Amino acid sequence: MSVWVDLQGQDSVVAQLRRAAQSTSPTHAWLLTGPPGSGRSNAALAFAAALVCERPELAARGCGVCKACHTTLAGTNADVTYIATEKTTITIDESRALVRKAHDSPSSSRWRVMIVGDADRMAERTTNVLLKAIEEPPPRTIWILCAPSPADVLVTIRSRCRTLTLRLPPVADVAALLVRRDGIEPELALTAARAAQSHIGIARRLATDPGARERRDATVNLPLKLRDISTAVQSAASLLELAQAEASSSNEERDAVEKVSLLRSLGAPETGTLPPPMRAQVRALEEDQKRRAKRSVTDQLDRALTDLLSFYRDVLVLQLDARGGNSAQHAALELVNDPLRAQLQDFAARSRPETTLIRMDAINSVRRRLTTTNVAPLLALEAMAVSLL
Amino acid sequence: MTPAARTAPRGPGGADWRDVPLAPVVLLFGPEDFIASRATDDVRRKLRAHNPELETTSLDAAHYTAGRLGMVASPSLFSEPKLIEVSALASMSDDFLQDALAYIKDPAPDVTLLLVHAGGTRGKKLLDALKALGAPRIECLPFKKDNEKMQFVSTEFSLARRRIDAEAVRALVAAVGASLSELAAACSQLIADTSGMVSTDMVDKYYGGRVEATAFRVADAALAGNAPVALSTLRHALATGVDPVPLVGALAMKVRQVAKVHGVRGSSAQLARDLGMSPWQVDSARRDAAHWSPPGLATAIKVLAEADAQVKGEAKDPVYAVEHAVMVIATEARR
Repeated sequence: MSVWVDLQGQDSVVAQLRRAAQSTSPTHAWLLTGPPGSGRSNAALAFAAALVCERPELAARGCGVCKACHTTLAGTNADVTYIATEKTTITIDESRALVRKAHDSPSSSRWRVMIVGDADRMAERTTNVLLKAIEEPPPRTIWILCAPSPADVLVTIRSRCRTLTLRLPPVADVAALLVRRDGIEPELALTAARAAQSHIGIARRLATDPGARERRDATVNLPLKLRDISTAVQSAASLLELAQAEASSSNEERDAVEKVSLLRSLGAPETGTLPPPMRAQVRALEEDQKRRAKRSVTDQLDRALTDLLSFYRDVLVLQLDARGGNSAQHAALELVNDPLRAQLQDFAARSRPETTLIRMDAINSVRRRLTTTNVAPLLALEAMAVSLL
Repeated sequence: MTPAARTAPRGPGGADWRDVPLAPVVLLFGPEDFIASRATDDVRRKLRAHNPELETTSLDAAHYTAGRLGMVASPSLFSEPKLIEVSALASMSDDFLQDALAYIKDPAPDVTLLLVHAGGTRGKKLLDALKALGAPRIECLPFKKDNEKMQFVSTEFSLARRRIDAEAVRALVAAVGASLSELAAACSQLIADTSGMVSTDMVDKYYGGRVEATAFRVADAALAGNAPVALSTLRHALATGVDPVPLVGALAMKVRQVAKVHGVRGSSAQLARDLGMSPWQVDSARRDAAHWSPPGLATAIKVLAEADAQVKGEAKDPVYAVEHAVMVIATEARR
């Protein structure tokens, strides 16, 4: 049982990381990139576990059974720091604390490992704080940064790191992982992996949560329901509602649990009103939760628009294939939304590839706006919906 | 609140804030600063008329230190009357609440305590105690309706023993009615600078060309396809401090409503239920929808989304972004 076992379909990256972990002097800074859902942070944790593994012989590092491996993968190893954010950005104070921490000697392991899970979620100013620490870390500190693509971090950071790129794992590999790790039915795992377009986390959620599957189906069916301007505006509203429902279904329970545990640790009275100092603490927690909720609505919208794009992607594939005129292959084409094949073919026959491309472009520009600027989501979605008419 | 205060008309002509009854404790309650300050002036004037030696002290209930109220209320050597004005009761400290509760049970002689509370439930115990004591409570509510404002203007003029034309009242309210203190300042300027009957011409001379423009007026004109009015209202709105962001929001809301009802048949009550709008919104959106074609609406929504991104940092000139959107919408509507 090695630490690398869950990194399905990333053999070349695993080979490089394994070689580094088994050497006496690994590179001091790494940049792991790869599309969302390819398992960047899992790869970073596995690498960290292999680095701090307690086995004395080099070749056996990353055993996955010793205490250091276990605690690292569980996120409780004192020598492995993992920082990621659930809000929109990592703050400058958080990254300053990270630099201070990087200068501590490891307490029990060979290395101190600093992992930044969202290196793309740092403002330029925040990243600059890390420059010196990454360029010349103390002799026993190793940095691992994760980002979707090398272009997401500053060029000055990029040039100080060794870059490794994870690929989007093939659908079959993702399905196999779901079957093995989460014990999901092979057929359901395959559909979920295909619908999630190989995003491991999303595939798992789709496979385990029937509500998430329903919401995804509603999103993907949206283009079939667009008839006139009135339905377009209404479906934009329902798209936003779906995203908010999805975001709150994953947050609500957690918010409540966090509040209960905060109240318990404050020793709050069980009935009656809270004393003012405790109220301030509860308010601070609620504000943090609100920021988290905003981020998760944006993430959900981004996901929903990706699902919507997959519909037009399938349409485009079918249209281009029909132009090629090879009808024998037609049935064998791999579609993301396989259950909708009949409707997709019908839809593809009614429009032209050029129109499909323009529509995909409209969806993409809304995605960009929603994630990078503070636009009103409803209006942006409405503009997209009327462009799809 | 005394029964008399409850039945007294609180509108602009109502005498209650213009004529504050004197009592050991008086409460001014409500968000409209102007009325509160007028009522405070009234109390000061009445007390000074009684005894010009009046000693006035101001306290801030938000940054109050315990014991201060008892200290300033304690009688002095010559026992001259005192007025203690306490502001910011809406964010009063707990110390103040305790001291005030103790004080109102046994108010000092010759002291008037004037409490100014901007509304809300902070210090509910104190508010309830004042109510139980029957202390006068003056409601300081903002004027929302135009005829309340017009009545206010008429009363201002009649109190100054001046006459004003009904049309002139309307013009004055249309020009500076957004803020009550501005309206009052305009009244006192006209009273001081002119003589005889105040007419529309005089109002025009002083306040002509000023129009109170809200985001929704801009949206109404643009959706009706009236480009000149839409643009000039937009300019007025921007010049009187309306931000481009809510302007785009208001336009988007109107266009959204029109788009929702466009081409949909059914009774307005039914539609209102289905679309989550109120019946009057459905009716007015339907009237606007007559000017619109589906491609026109699509263009309008797209240009608004563009403008929304631009006013939030995608472009350098937010004003141009809104103006462009208003132009496009107003010209699309006419087709």
